Amino acid sequence: MTVNGSKPKFAMYWAASCGGCEIAVLNTHEKILDVDANFDVVFWPVAMDAKYKDVEAMEDGSILLTLFNGGIRNDENEHLAKLLRRKSQIMVSFGSCACEGCIPGLANLSPVGDIVHAAYNTITTDNPNEIYPRISYDVPEGELHIPKLAKVLRPLDLVVDVDCYMPGCPPESHQIAAVIDLVIKVVKGEAELPPKGSVIGAGDSTVCDECPRARNVKSIKEFKRIQDIAPVDPDLCLLEQGIPCNGPATRSGCNARCPAVGAQCIGCYGPAEGVMDYGARLITAFSSVIDANTTEEIDRILDGIPDPTGQVYRFNLAGSLLKANRDAWKVK
Amino acid sequence: MTDHNFEPTIIGFTCNWCSYRASDLAGTARMKYAPNVRLIRLMCSGRLDPTFVLRALSEGADGVMITGCHPGECHYIEQNYKALRRFLLLRRVLTGLGIEPERVKLVWASAAEGARFASETTAFVEEIRKLGPLNWGKDEGERIKDEEGNKNSSFIIQPSSFEKEVPA
Repeated sequence: MTVNGSKPKFAMYWAASCGGCEIAVLNTHEKILDVDANFDVVFWPVAMDAKYKDVEAMEDGSILLTLFNGGIRNDENEHLAKLLRRKSQIMVSFGSCACEGCIPGLANLSPVGDIVHAAYNTITTDNPNEIYPRISYDVPEGELHIPKLAKVLRPLDLVVDVDCYMPGCPPESHQIAAVIDLVIKVVKGEAELPPKGSVIGAGDSTVCDECPRARNVKSIKEFKRIQDIAPVDPDLCLLEQGIPCNGPATRSGCNARCPAVGAQCIGCYGPAEGVMDYGARLITAFSSVIDANTTEEIDRILDGIPDPTGQVYRFNLAGSLLKANRDAWKVK
Repeated sequence: MTDHNFEPTIIGFTCNWCSYRASDLAGTARMKYAPNVRLIRLMCSGRLDPTFVLRALSEGADGVMITGCHPGECHYIEQNYKALRRFLLLRRVLTGLGIEPERVKLVWASAAEGARFASETTAFVEEIRKLGPLNWGKDEGERIKDEEGNKNSSFIIQPSSFEKEVPA
C-alpha cells in the first residue's frame, strides 16, 4: 500500500465544469474512505484547501493519480492542466467535460464576445451601465488578474497527454468505485493499469444494449418531444415511439439509467467504442428509423427535431470531428 | 470571394453501380468537366456514413458530393433512400455548426448519365468556388498557434471581443 514508505498521492481538479463530477465521487459513499486510507490527498480544491504554488513546488511525477474534470476554457484551466500533467504519473480525463467538452463545449458555437455579452448583459442580468469584467485591475495592493477566456473550449486531450478516459456526465458512482478499486489494486501490485488511451469505468457497447425496453422494427412517421407524448409506453423503445433517443450512439456503462425511467438518453457517456464522430453516428441512427422516401416527407419528419445540432452533439461538440479539428488544434 | 485563384477541393462519393459508371462514361466519352473532384467509390450511396463527409470537411475539403442511383433504381433495393435521409439530416446539422449546407450536394445519376454527371460536377465546383474555401478549424488553430508563439498574447480574448468593455 505504500510507495517509498509513504502513501501515493492523489489529486483531483476541476476546470470548466459544473462540479457534478466531484459530487459523483463523494456519492461513492464509504468508498471515499478507501481513497483516504490508500492515498494521500494532496490537491483537491473542492474538498480541501490547497494552493497552486503548493502543487508547483511538488516534484515532477510525484502525484500518482490525478482525476481531471472539466474542459479547457481559459488560461488558468490550461495552466493547471499542464501543471498537473507534469506532476502526475497517471492523468485521467474524468467526466464528459474533460473527455469531449460536454455542455460547456456548446459555447463553441458562439464567438467569445457573444458569450461574455450573454453572461453580463441579458434580460436576466441587471447591468444598466454595461460593466464588463476586465482582465486586469489595479488595486492599492497591486494588480489583480482574472483568467483569460480562450476562443474555444478544448477537451483535455487537446491540451495535454491523457492516460485514461472516464466518460459520463457525471461518471456513475458505481463505476467510480470500481475504478478506485482498480487503482488501489494497481498500487498494491495486484493488477495492471489498462493501456494508455483506454476508456475506463464504462462499457464497450451502446446504451441500447443495456436498455430494458423492447425493441422491434423501428419505423416512425413523426419525431416528437417527450413532453408532447402522453402517455409514453413504459416498455417500448423510445426511438420507436418517435422520441429522439441518443442511445444508439452512446457508450454503455450507466445501466441505461435514463431510458429505464422513461427519459430519453441524451448521450452523456459520449461516443460508443469505435465511433469516430458521435453526431454522424446519431444522424445515421435517426435517419434509419424514418419511414419516408420523399424529400418533402422526410423534411416534415425532421422538423420534429427542433435543434438537430444540439440534439446530436449535446455533449460531444468540442470533441467532434468538426468542432475540434484535432490536427489544427493540437497545441500541447 | 476575392481570391480568384481559389480551386475548390471536392470529395465525391460515388455508387459503384451507377454514378461511378456515369463518371467512367463521362471520361470515355471525352466530356469536359471541372477537375476539382476526387472520387471515392462506394458500393452504394447507402454505405455513406456521415462520418465520411465530416472527416472530409475537417481535413480540408471545401465541398462533398454524394451521388447515387435514381430513387427506385438502387441495386440494393432502397439504400439510396437512406442516403437521402442522412443527407437531409446532415445538412441541418451542418447549418447549425455554421457550415453552408450547400457544401454538401446529393446527385442522382444513372450509369447512362455521363453528361449529367459532368454538368452537375461542374456546377457544384462553381458553386463552391463562389462560397470560397471552408478552412474549417485550420483558421482557428493557426491563430491559436500564433498566439502560443507570441508570449505577449498567449491564447487570449482578443481586445476586439471586449469592445463593450466599460471602465468600472
